[in-house]
Amino acid sequence: MEFPEEFKYTEEHEWIMVEKDLATIGITDFAQDALGDVVFVELPEVGTVLEVGKPFGVVESVKAVSDIYAPIAGTVEEINEDLVETPEIINTSPYEDGWMIKIRMTDASAADALMSSEDYQALIAEES
Amino acid sequence: MTIVGTSGLILNEKLLFEHSDPGRKGYSLPKLDVPAAELPAELCREEISGFPELSEVDVVRHFTRLSTWNYGVDSGFYPLGSCTMKYNPKVNEVAARIPGLAFIHPSTPSHLAQGSLELMYRLQVALAEISGFAKVTLQPAAGAQGELAGMLVIRAWHEARGSKRTKVLIPDTAHGTNPATASLTGYDVVPIASDGILTLEEVEAHMNDDVAALMVTNPNTLGLFETNIEAICKLVHERGGMVYCDGANLNALMGIARPGDMGIDVMHFNLHKTFSTPHGGGGPGSGPVGVTEELTPYLPGPGVEYDGENYCIEATRADSIGRMMAFHGNVGIMVRAYAYIRSMGGDGLKHASEMAVLNANYVRARLEGVYDLPFTSRSLHEVVFSDKDLEGDCHTLDVAKRLIDYGYHPPTIYFPLVVKGAIMIEPTETESQEVLDEFCDAMIAIAGEARDNPALLHQAPVRSRIRRLDETTAARKPKLKWEKGA
Amino acid sequence: MRYIPHTAGDVTQMLERIGVATLKDLFVEVPESVRLKRPLDLQESASETELLREFKTLAAVNATSETHKSFLGGGAYNHFIPAVIDQLISRSEFYTAYTPYQPEISQGTLQAVFEFQTLICQLTGMDAANASMYDGASACAEAVLMAMRLTRRKRVLLSKALNPRYRAVVATYCRYLNLELVDVAIADDGRTDLTDLAAKLDDSIAAVVAGYPNYLGVIEDVAALAEQAHGAGAKLVTAVAEPVALGLLKSPGELGADIVVGDGQSFGLPLAFGGPYVGFFAVRQKDVRGMPGRLVGETTDLEGQRGFVLTLATREQHIRREKATSNICSNQGLCALMVTIFMSLLGKQGLREMAEQNLAKAAYARQQLSAIKGFSLVFDGASFNEFVVRSEEPVAEVLTRLEGAGILAGIPLGEEYPELADCFLVCVTEQNQREEIDALVAALQGGAA
Repeated sequence: MEFPEEFKYTEEHEWIMVEKDLATIGITDFAQDALGDVVFVELPEVGTVLEVGKPFGVVESVKAVSDIYAPIAGTVEEINEDLVETPEIINTSPYEDGWMIKIRMTDASAADALMSSEDYQALIAEES
Repeated sequence: MTIVGTSGLILNEKLLFEHSDPGRKGYSLPKLDVPAAELPAELCREEISGFPELSEVDVVRHFTRLSTWNYGVDSGFYPLGSCTMKYNPKVNEVAARIPGLAFIHPSTPSHLAQGSLELMYRLQVALAEISGFAKVTLQPAAGAQGELAGMLVIRAWHEARGSKRTKVLIPDTAHGTNPATASLTGYDVVPIASDGILTLEEVEAHMNDDVAALMVTNPNTLGLFETNIEAICKLVHERGGMVYCDGANLNALMGIARPGDMGIDVMHFNLHKTFSTPHGGGGPGSGPVGVTEELTPYLPGPGVEYDGENYCIEATRADSIGRMMAFHGNVGIMVRAYAYIRSMGGDGLKHASEMAVLNANYVRARLEGVYDLPFTSRSLHEVVFSDKDLEGDCHTLDVAKRLIDYGYHPPTIYFPLVVKGAIMIEPTETESQEVLDEFCDAMIAIAGEARDNPALLHQAPVRSRIRRLDETTAARKPKLKWEKGA
Repeated sequence: MRYIPHTAGDVTQMLERIGVATLKDLFVEVPESVRLKRPLDLQESASETELLREFKTLAAVNATSETHKSFLGGGAYNHFIPAVIDQLISRSEFYTAYTPYQPEISQGTLQAVFEFQTLICQLTGMDAANASMYDGASACAEAVLMAMRLTRRKRVLLSKALNPRYRAVVATYCRYLNLELVDVAIADDGRTDLTDLAAKLDDSIAAVVAGYPNYLGVIEDVAALAEQAHGAGAKLVTAVAEPVALGLLKSPGELGADIVVGDGQSFGLPLAFGGPYVGFFAVRQKDVRGMPGRLVGETTDLEGQRGFVLTLATREQHIRREKATSNICSNQGLCALMVTIFMSLLGKQGLREMAEQNLAKAAYARQQLSAIKGFSLVFDGASFNEFVVRSEEPVAEVLTRLEGAGILAGIPLGEEYPELADCFLVCVTEQNQREEIDALVAALQGGAA
């Protein structure tokens, strides 16, 4: 499993890629593996205002369901429409094609507080 | 070892709609003996597009073939944990079909429905005696609806006292229906940890002024008796809460101990588990609810009353939570359950519980050491193993599928959630030592296959009519009905 | 006991294998303080012969359509039940199986449910139907909850002409969910009052709920209800307690309903004093993931053969727990099978013919009754097989008098509708021969004379 160095991570197994005040969010390779074949993804509407720690979407496999929590506050700028028809790209490409939403962050510096790749790997080593 | 699973001649069968041929007819109605009438044309539909046209023979053969693709209790051993798949006595079926019971309209005036009302009343009394509660309502259609009724009763009791509690404690071993029900009653769920059984300390740590109730299952879903139940009930009561018991596992306790005597306030029964009524491929069940004297005003209504002379449908009670069902609940199932209680008698019910517990412990004794047993205190009616010790990258699902090849319905799997890879076996009392031995031999053989030839498990089942199904595609691109040309 | 195979010898051997001395030792975890120290106080066990004798004695005092001429409806109907149904559901591979958790050995149940879902969609004109609910009333309550989730609104308009039992169950389910239920009046023709509806509709309303036909037997203008509901962003829930009507009437789906629920009892299920019946629940494609209950879907196995599985289970309580779409865990499987067999036998022509007979017989009865002095019809909206009769003679007396003549003439309406205290609801189906209807008329006439 890979966990790109340039991303930030959360305890809820999401990754965040920050470019200025825009953050792209998805779930990690570890999360997609634990869920199994993803069959459905529910995403917020563009323009939705997200609060830290509040669920904004859902990822479902055949026998499991997982809420996706906002790792950072902001407004939804774009959602990955491809996930509606082909949710399996979360399994095949969790960090690229399988991204979920892009948000315009209220405070871009808040991302600094999230976990590094190294910290995240230590966390999942503990969990598994 | 004799393997009972074989693959005999199994017939293929299309969907109903694929058999349909315009002009075929499978019914007969009397000739119309009054003048025909018409509705205004704008109210009327065209013919029902896609509706089948079949002869009676087509229909009979269709469903007979489908039936052969099913496995029921009458086919063989069905140790589905938590579901109590005991034998469904045939006389119960005959009883429920007696015309006077089968064809009575639910709005028949009470004085012309004394037979049904008396039967229901007797069942209420019998269930109250078996469980130790003051009063029983028969209205809920199934266990989950019984839970809803019971939790609404608890909430109504709180509201009547002006108590605004918002939370319900639910152990991590609970059925999923418990949290779903609590939420349908407007409560927030607080999950609490158990270590096999609930400890007083854990309940004490969470039981505060915000907690309306504790929902327990006793015996719990690990097949273990909640030994601290009395102290727990006492504590919950002292702190102003109520205790709800999921009665799914009552089959372990009939004539042995009564939930009402343990301090529990409300419990639902599953007539389709404990009282032998058939599961029907998913229902209908019946989920009566028993409560303590204090809670009787809030029971759903109406129930059946007896004034010493006549049976009647009671008048509306001001404090009742109201109706759960359009009519009196699944009366046909009540008839079967009452027939069971009459066939068994008090001693027979106790004997059933004893043999159910004996059977579960026998399976446990034979499989312990072959399969990992995560909780080791004395089991009651069911026993939960895990797949931890399995070799060859084989998991619970593989064992379950391989059991099909041996001719058994698999146990409940991956539940309770507290056991990773759970294999939950509930044999029930209606299975003989011989059947249990054959099943255990199969389980042991499968553990050996996992070690020596794991492919046998991974590819299983191979003897069933169809092989493992692609559930992922079914969920990604749901196809929930037949469509012409699709 | 014939259901329990253990001999004394078996018990001894098994206890030995377990490593305990007595049966009592198996219950060591049950504290002495909670043990029952006396035998259960129940009647002694009955043999098969005794049991059936006892049950037949009870059954003999009940009045049924076999002992009386029955005109009772009101949400439970006396219809023709083809002999095939009981023969087929008595195959114990069907009735002794449980929920099809293991699809490889449950294809019979699964395919039959898939067929049930398809037939319900065809009948109601909807896109997707679930594997069934407890009954029409609880399905109606679940529909209200679903509409509330879909719209995130907290008020619901219930037509007063919706079956009062359905209304009561909706109220029970919504009791502590911070939902407000508001009544919509009945118009003079017996349909839901569209003016009152318009006045009460606004953007706080999650759903409008009406019967089709309604409890008073009148056929609602579903298209108008849908148009009004949708205008305010609300969902239209249509409850069909008498699905035989759909053999003739336009489907609720065609008329714009968003959720269609109802009871399948009319389709081959015995009256059985109120149950088990079977609720059906159908929705639009876009709302499938928000619906309660089990769903069966088509797929293929490893070898490419068609097969069926339970699907979209993440909506359900065993996975989503407190966030599930419902707490429902079972369905009315065997009853849904009966309905499926019934629809297969009746088919396209049969359902229509049965509906036409109901319409004709009820029209005949209506016409005859309206001609009797002292009795009148109350609503002039088009009706199917039920109608409301007003009586100058007190209703309780009329009904008791007719019981004496072996006739169950109808259901009094006063308890639910005080303004209709002098009225009763009459139902006429294809099971009522002309002679029975004539006898009803003659008996009513007898009293008025």
